[in-house]
Formats: sequence, C-alpha cells, structure tokens
Amino acid sequence: MPIIEDNTITADTFLTGIWKENPVFVMLLGMCPVLAVTNSVINALAMGLATTFVLLCSSTLISLLRNAIPKEVRIATYIVIIATFVTITDYVIQAISLELYNALGAFIQLIVVNCMILGRAEAYASKNRLLKTLVNSLGMGIGFTIALLSLGSVRELLGNGSLLGYSVFGEAFQPWVVMVLPPGGFIVLGAWLLLFNWLKERKASLALAKEGGVS
Amino acid sequence: MSPDSVSFIFLNAFLINNFVLAMFLGLCPFLGVSGKLNTAWSMGLATTLVMLISSISAYFINELLVYFEIEFLRLICYIAVIASAVQLVEMTMKKFSPGLFKALGIFLPLITTNCAILGLALFQTHKDYDLYQSLAYSTGAGAGFILAIVLMAGLREKLELADLPNTSQGAAISLMLAGILSLIFMGFAGLGS
Repeated sequence: MPIIEDNTITADTFLTGIWKENPVFVMLLGMCPVLAVTNSVINALAMGLATTFVLLCSSTLISLLRNAIPKEVRIATYIVIIATFVTITDYVIQAISLELYNALGAFIQLIVVNCMILGRAEAYASKNRLLKTLVNSLGMGIGFTIALLSLGSVRELLGNGSLLGYSVFGEAFQPWVVMVLPPGGFIVLGAWLLLFNWLKERKASLALAKEGGVS
Repeated sequence: MSPDSVSFIFLNAFLINNFVLAMFLGLCPFLGVSGKLNTAWSMGLATTLVMLISSISAYFINELLVYFEIEFLRLICYIAVIASAVQLVEMTMKKFSPGLFKALGIFLPLITTNCAILGLALFQTHKDYDLYQSLAYSTGAGAGFILAIVLMAGLREKLELADLPNTSQGAAISLMLAGILSLIFMGFAGLGS
C-alpha cells in the first residue's frame, strides 16, 4: 500500500529539529555522546559534525531505498547502512586529525547506536521523500550540534577557564575541575533542562496573566 | 594487583570506571527504565546476559577478522552479532520464562541500541584482552550496570514522595541525581592506584 506523502517543505521542517523537537533538550535522545565528549568545545563540535554527517548520509540512502527495503528486516538494514557511514567517518577523522580521534575515542564508532539516527530513519526517512528528509535531517543535525556546543562551552568555561583553548578568565581563575569530569556532564545538562523548563513555565504564566488582564 | 589481572579488570569495570556513571555508556535505559525497582533489576539482568554473549562472540569474531585481515568490517559485524544475541535472548526468555519476558516488554529489543554493549565489545578489542580477561570485563561491566540502574531506581522511587517544584520535575531532577551518584562513584577512583 503506498503511503500518502505530504511533500510540502516548510520552514518548520527545518526548524523543528533545532527548537521544538531538539533531539537532546526535548527528546533526550543520543545522550551517551552528548555527555561523554562535551568536556571541551572542540570535541563537542567535532562530534556534532560527525553525527550530522552520518545522519544526512544514512537518511539520504534510506529515503531513496524506502520502497525497496522489506518491512520485516528494516531495522537490521538501517543499522547496517548507518554502520557503513560510521566506519567511513571513523577512518576520515583518523586521517584528518589523530589527536581529535584519540580524544573522542570509541565514541565515534558508537554513533552507530545513537538512538537519534535510528529514530530519524524509522520515523522520518522511511516515510518521506528525499528532499524533505534532507532538510529535516539537516535541522536535526544542527540542533544536535547546538546542544553539544552549549554543553561543551559551559563545561570548558567552568572546568578549564577557557573557550576553544583560549584562556578567558586569566591566571587567577580557580577551575571547577568537577565540570570536565563525568559528574559535571550530568549536572550541566540537568541545569540546561531546568532553564528550559523555567522559560516554558514563565511563558505560560505570562500568557495566562495577559489573558486575565484582557477579560 | 597488576592492571592485567582478571580480578582487577572486573573491579575496574564494576566500580572504578563504571560503564554508566563514569563512561556514559548505556544512558538511555539508565534514564528510561529506572522508574521502578523491579523493571530496573530485570533490565540489568537481561543487559548483563546480552553483554556476556556478545562479548564472547566479539572475541572470536575479532580473531577471525584479524586472520583474514578485514578489520574494517569490525563495526558492522559486531552490531550484527549484538542484534542476533538480543534476538536469541528474547526467544530463550519467551520459551523458558514467559513472566520475565512480559515484564520487560519493549525494553528487550531496545537492548540492541544500548551503547554499553557495543562499547564493551569495542573496548575489549581495543585493549587486546584474551578470552578470560574479556569474560571478567563483561561480567564487571554487567554488574556495574545493574548496580547503577538499581541505585538510580531506588532513588527515583523515593523521589516520588518528595515535594518538588514543578520546574525541576522529570528529566532535569533525574540528571541532577545521576550527577550526584556519579560524584560518589568518583570516590572509587582511588582503588585503581
């Protein structure tokens, strides 16, 4: 049975991944790399770009093959496709910068099991046309990168007193070492979520107050 | 204790470098399935079982891949093996323990995308462990996963009784709790030296 396809591409197709359905802050997907590699801005950026690349390539291929893949083995097929692109990324990063490769460690290969990519494949790429899928995946990838960067910059700033390796606070700053260690990852992400919750609540209560004022 | 001894490898994966709280592997089930103590416990057991099976298979597959010099296929082979191991555990459980099978429900197939399992297979290859060391590593990692998820579930059950401000409800407070738990586990780092 052919799936009815809605091919209109709106700004929302792109923006939904950045804000409304941000994979990290809203949907809490792909948490492992988010917390593990964000102890510095440069690692966060590299991880974000690598994930975006894999996401774009795999959703392109899956979107093109969506009518050829039998439904029963789709998950296995998706995983193999994703694993192929991750292997490519792995070797490319190794060739470009060995230092970066060592810093990210096994987490490049672990992009395979990033639930966000499989989730996109299952929920979007297998149901939509190529162009729409591409736009949506790009949005998701950028949203993921932004989330990684916002965690990475806070952690590097507080834990190391620097941004992208340049010292910000000067010599006198006493770094919060805990921020670059594992607990810092959990706490910073928790704090970001708290901030977003607070903003959402404030917006809702402001809207309520406005309504009350009019009536 | 020498760093290559079996007991040290076990202790290392269990406490010092706990897979969940120090290495950030397997966070999805850790945050998703830790609402109730019972399900957390069975999730931990099932994950450990899959870890054991996939770790042993990964060891032999790696030997084969090295023999034929096709290491670039490692990732694809590992993920295929893990997916089949999960399927196998699912079928065995359905046959011999339907109760547990029902209790775990959707979380069982989701073990495939648990990065702790693929991570385990990759790390043991990276560290050149032999069969016994791999076994110790996977048992330790499994035990560590159970410990972390059960502790977290216990904390979250208590949390339900607490009076929280609306803003911090849900994932935010769970992450803060995980942060504190991880801070506690950092104390075990001293065991390593």
